[in-house]
Amino acid sequence: MRRIIACLLASLLVVPARAESVLRVAMTAGDIPIVIGQADQGYEGFRFVSYNLYDSLVAWDLASADRASGIVPGLALSWTPDPADSTRWILKLRAGVHWHDGTDFTADDVLWNFGRLMDPAAPQFNAGQFADAKTRLPDYKAIEKIDDHTVAIITKGPNAMLPYQLAFLLMVSPAQYNKVGSWEAFAKAPVGTGPYRFDRLVPRERLELVANTDYWNKARIPHQDRLVLYPMPEATTRAAALLSGQVNWIEAPAPDTIDKLRGSGFQIVTNAYPHIWSYELSFQENSPFRDIRVRRAANLAVDRAGLKELLGGMMIESYGNVTRDHPWYGKPSFEIKFDPDAARALMKQAGYDKQHPAKVKIAISTAGSGQMQPLPMNEFVQQNLNDVGFDVSFDVMDWNALIDLMRGTAIGPVARRNADVAMNFSRNTQDPFGAICRFIQTSQFGSSGSNWGGFSDPEIDRVCDAATHEFDPEKQSALFARAHAMMVDQAVMVWIAHDVNPRALSPKLHGFIQAKNWFQDLTPVSVDP
Amino acid sequence: MLRAAGLRLLAVIPIVLGVTMICFVLMFVAPGDPIQTLLPDNASPEVIALLRHHYGLDRPLPVQYLVWLGHLLQGDLGTSIGTGRPVAGELGAAIGNTAIIAIGAAIIGFSIGIGCGLLAGVHRGGWIDRIASAFALCGLSVPQYWLGIVLVILFSVTLNWLPAMGMGPRGLSWHWQELRNLVMPIATLSLIPAGIVTRITRDRVAELLRQDFVRTLRAQGLAGHAILRHVLKNAAPPILAVMGLQLGYLFGGSILVETVFNWPGVGFLMSNAILRRDQPMLQGTILVLALGFVFLNLLVDLLQSGIDPRMRRG
Repeated sequence: MRRIIACLLASLLVVPARAESVLRVAMTAGDIPIVIGQADQGYEGFRFVSYNLYDSLVAWDLASADRASGIVPGLALSWTPDPADSTRWILKLRAGVHWHDGTDFTADDVLWNFGRLMDPAAPQFNAGQFADAKTRLPDYKAIEKIDDHTVAIITKGPNAMLPYQLAFLLMVSPAQYNKVGSWEAFAKAPVGTGPYRFDRLVPRERLELVANTDYWNKARIPHQDRLVLYPMPEATTRAAALLSGQVNWIEAPAPDTIDKLRGSGFQIVTNAYPHIWSYELSFQENSPFRDIRVRRAANLAVDRAGLKELLGGMMIESYGNVTRDHPWYGKPSFEIKFDPDAARALMKQAGYDKQHPAKVKIAISTAGSGQMQPLPMNEFVQQNLNDVGFDVSFDVMDWNALIDLMRGTAIGPVARRNADVAMNFSRNTQDPFGAICRFIQTSQFGSSGSNWGGFSDPEIDRVCDAATHEFDPEKQSALFARAHAMMVDQAVMVWIAHDVNPRALSPKLHGFIQAKNWFQDLTPVSVDP
Repeated sequence: MLRAAGLRLLAVIPIVLGVTMICFVLMFVAPGDPIQTLLPDNASPEVIALLRHHYGLDRPLPVQYLVWLGHLLQGDLGTSIGTGRPVAGELGAAIGNTAIIAIGAAIIGFSIGIGCGLLAGVHRGGWIDRIASAFALCGLSVPQYWLGIVLVILFSVTLNWLPAMGMGPRGLSWHWQELRNLVMPIATLSLIPAGIVTRITRDRVAELLRQDFVRTLRAQGLAGHAILRHVLKNAAPPILAVMGLQLGYLFGGSILVETVFNWPGVGFLMSNAILRRDQPMLQGTILVLALGFVFLNLLVDLLQSGIDPRMRRG
């Protein structure tokens, strides 16, 4: 009898084993992104690998779906320009942070990481990582340790954009690198400070991460036990994998599958994010877009609402590099809207009509990162433009070839040979300089900038210079807004769409907040059994 | 025969050199390079130049090719620019994955093809022939990509019997849980070889059954299986040749089938390498595939010679 009672009591005390909760994500990438810090595969690599395994000194604010996503403290608690030297920023580092291997995060680790990213003479230097980091932080000069939890970063000139640039640089564990001895070995057992720890990588198939329950930011300890990332470039395969329950999260479902997914109970989440899908225009001699009337007419000719309908609602109508409710939009006097009559009138003034159209050739790609649905979208806009006095033809190429044309600028050999006077190249507008001034400053024309067509306006240059040298965040934001308003008034681009970054989630997932950012926080997502 | 095999092996050298050289030049002619996809859109010319120098892409094309050949002779296929991992390891794993479905598809496709072709050839003009010929036509005409998607919609999405993609969490094992991942890729891949082998077998069998030596065999009192054995032996060389080529294609990996089923094989690897202009990865893959084709053809030739004495004499 006593034994029976003991057994009954024991059975009451046994806690049932909890099944591991797994977030399974189908990415659009064709392979697992590089796992040693700075990821490849575009921002998707940063979104799913870099920011989950590692932390940056300055982090993106991913906590809200409503406000524009800015920057917040990451491994650095604060960053302030040195009052005595405008080329020197002082960063206070967070205490009590541990690497996944248990060692402490200190200022020495930050210096070691800058050696890895910026110093070709450092033994831990990695050329691939350098190439990415140097592009993010082009005017880095040196780094100094002030104490165990304070560093100073010195730039070649005054650089008010440094905090945004630091948000792209990931810190990896020096102890782990010294232990394994090479970056190839490090890639097999990467160690960071991020909210997930590395568990397993099968090339081209899966990357498995597990929750870091000792994460320094207690609010961001993952609500799932395991995160599995699958590279799955084919949209139909991603949708089938979700519908059959093999994954519970897919990136970029094809527009024609969205109704089916929604009808089957899946959550379709979208939000504005820093992305533009536009035509960047040439300002060279062979381009009709040198005439502001032609540029404004093109902006007035595009039926953005119709295009949105074509995409099943999966876009935001674009009237500038950022959305109209964004603090950097400003107050332009030129109101962009769908007004084909006004467009025709402007074209007439410029000397063009249906009988004598403005012939323009636009370079487009068949697919590519951020390019949305390039072929039907471009054909739609082509009809709009042809209706008001353009004769649009396309120079269609693959994504890699379009990157080549983009880097070469409007006066490069590819654009010259093909007589392209515009290109459809989707861009990120993540930070204020990257959103606005890199497209319009005269100094940004050339292979190192993003002013593809060679636009030049001394007044805009002056405002952009002031913005990039303004250390007061509010004044800086106002200057960027002014530059953006001037950009819209000049109709520097033909603005068409912002992507809404659609993703489809299983009804068993809860807690995801889609921030207005290229990067997203996966840690609050819980998975029902 | 050994001498012929030796000569064929020697012929591999110019074939491999030619194939890899053409691949090298084509990659150079194609717009863009691997560095483009590695860097953000505002990378400076200095950074691009540094990375191009790091990977040796700033050297003249013949020098790049000779350096690659030099490493190859030391057994080094190089490192992928896209992933930073050694090409040999990546390629080895991908070939292993493709081999799993290629061998499965070959066994099923060839068995169905020989069976259907035999029946159709024997019953030439009858309803069995018409059904088998229609099947062969479907096998040749139905796009694998479309068939793969239809199978996924039916068996994964609607019935939820089979997984839609991948190899399963534990890789290949003898558990049904993992073996289920093989069913649809193998079924899709086997359709073309089944169709082609059905056609060639049917034609050869039907033609041989009308020949004098079969009449002679019948006159000698042989019938049924005994005659078919003779017919099959005579029909084997061209069927083997076709099967060898098909096996080569299967091992080459189907970009479309591997993409639809997210199967991490050679086709998937090559498609990524092309899109990223990952020259070391593409060169390594093309080299191994070219060698594979040459050796498979050699094997088929040797088999044909073993079966048909006329070929030995030739």
